[in-house]
Amino acid sequence: MAITAQLAEFPLQVRFTAPASGVTALFGPSGAGKTCTLRAIAGLDRHRGSQVRFAGETWQGQAHWLPTWQRPLSYLFQESSLFAHLNVLDNVRYGLRRRGGTQAHDPMELLERLGLAPLAQRQPQSLSGGERRRVALARALAPAPRLLLMDEPLSGLDRARKAEILPWLAQLSRRFATPMLLVSHELQEVARLADRLVLMDRGRVHHEGGLIATLARADLALADRDDASVVLEAKVNRIQEAAALAEVSVGQQQLRVLLPPGLKQGQTLRLQIAARDVSLATCEPRGSSILNILPARVSALREAGAGQTLVALELDGGGALLSRITRWSCEELGLQPDMPVFAQVKSVALLT
Amino acid sequence: MLNPADLQALWLTLQLAALSTLLLLLLGIPLAWWLARSRARWRFALEALIALPLVLPPTVLGFYLLLALGSRGPLDFIGLAPLAFSFKGLVIGSVIYSLPFVVQPLQNAFERIGPRPLEVAATLGARPLDALLTVALPLARPGLLSAAVLGFAHTLGEFGVVLMIGGNIPGETRVASIAIYEHVESLDYAAAHGLSLVLLVLSFVLLLLVFRARRGDRVLSL
Repeated sequence: MAITAQLAEFPLQVRFTAPASGVTALFGPSGAGKTCTLRAIAGLDRHRGSQVRFAGETWQGQAHWLPTWQRPLSYLFQESSLFAHLNVLDNVRYGLRRRGGTQAHDPMELLERLGLAPLAQRQPQSLSGGERRRVALARALAPAPRLLLMDEPLSGLDRARKAEILPWLAQLSRRFATPMLLVSHELQEVARLADRLVLMDRGRVHHEGGLIATLARADLALADRDDASVVLEAKVNRIQEAAALAEVSVGQQQLRVLLPPGLKQGQTLRLQIAARDVSLATCEPRGSSILNILPARVSALREAGAGQTLVALELDGGGALLSRITRWSCEELGLQPDMPVFAQVKSVALLT
Repeated sequence: MLNPADLQALWLTLQLAALSTLLLLLLGIPLAWWLARSRARWRFALEALIALPLVLPPTVLGFYLLLALGSRGPLDFIGLAPLAFSFKGLVIGSVIYSLPFVVQPLQNAFERIGPRPLEVAATLGARPLDALLTVALPLARPGLLSAAVLGFAHTLGEFGVVLMIGGNIPGETRVASIAIYEHVESLDYAAAHGLSLVLLVLSFVLLLLVFRARRGDRVLSL
């Protein structure tokens, strides 16, 4: 896709490709032109000279324009934007009636799956914020779109509501093979949902690549964020009920994490580790309360703000970490690229 | 209470108002839709033109309509029989005269719905006309009701334009307001009272409907 537009503040020039499956996230600060890009892809805005191609079909080209209603997509807006004059079930059926093909989902089954079946006859005004988002999600998924566009699907929800919706989104992105394009400025959301990242700022794409590899890079602006963190794919090896711990493997390394309810042996999940939660030692620490001390190798070093250094690490046996330490410590330890170190991981977040 | 001639005038008034309202909605919905959604630079000129009957003396409007509808007028020229002093002429006059009362509430309602519900509809595969009928109109229902009732009520009270282009032909152009004027002219105050009271009560009830509809307004649930 190549979107070119002149926005009020800056020209938008975006060119990226998204794979035919999985979740691609357009990630960047507010006002980076992410929503604009998404709207152009959906055909809600028309910018001269832009090109949008999807799976070999031209949606927008030099002299070609496919109106939104003919594009086989669904769009999840920032607000749930349910039709106030229709009840929950009729909202979900709206797209089905117009574009439901053989792939389309049974609306009741979809509501059931999203835990909304008892609300089918209710009017949108009587639902909670979280319920409305789920209805909007069901409505978007019902006609089995070939592309799902999501514009900050969790914005404006409080923590509890977010926690309610996120698992649904994560689950759906895996269960349905529909490729999804997600706009977000929240690292948490992206770490949980995305497979691929397109980093945007001031109307331009700065980097695009796989989520895990991109987050682990020390040389991107991403790593300057206070909440800079990496994501690791892990598999549950063993559950130690008595200690309320789970042993998970990342590459050939074992980590122990606090056991969340419902975790099963053999399950795969994502771990998120923040750079500020990783400290370094040059020899193996002993007698530490820290559960996870992993042998690693320094792959890159970079100054990051006042008195701080960002260290990119490669774990022995696969996987990468970021660590943010003081420049003083970095000099004291004499850290150099390729040096072996021990990474002490203070906290690990499980993204199930 | 009302003599047969007055009843006939009242019945004619109601027919005129009903038919005009129907035509006003058919004309007003696309017009208001376009005005609410268009970004055309000369949109304001059309808005001003539609609002003209709000400020223009009805006699001025009636005078030009008389010229347009009369024999040797432009309408006669394109083959339509002269419509002045006929019921059809009154309908045309009423539609023009009441247009702002129908277009403005509709335009406000469409503007208040905003583009979002229609964008949602488009992403769900609804073509523009489909989205208008299944999303915009149902959401604009209070505005639609306001527009219909105001158009109807305003046509009921029309006087100046009717006098100019319709005259006072019983059963054809003699509407209630003209009949009241006649009664007053001939000092038959009792008859004037009867007919006036009917119009007063009818108009009040219609306006009650409008203001009640505005209460239960809801557009979009976020």
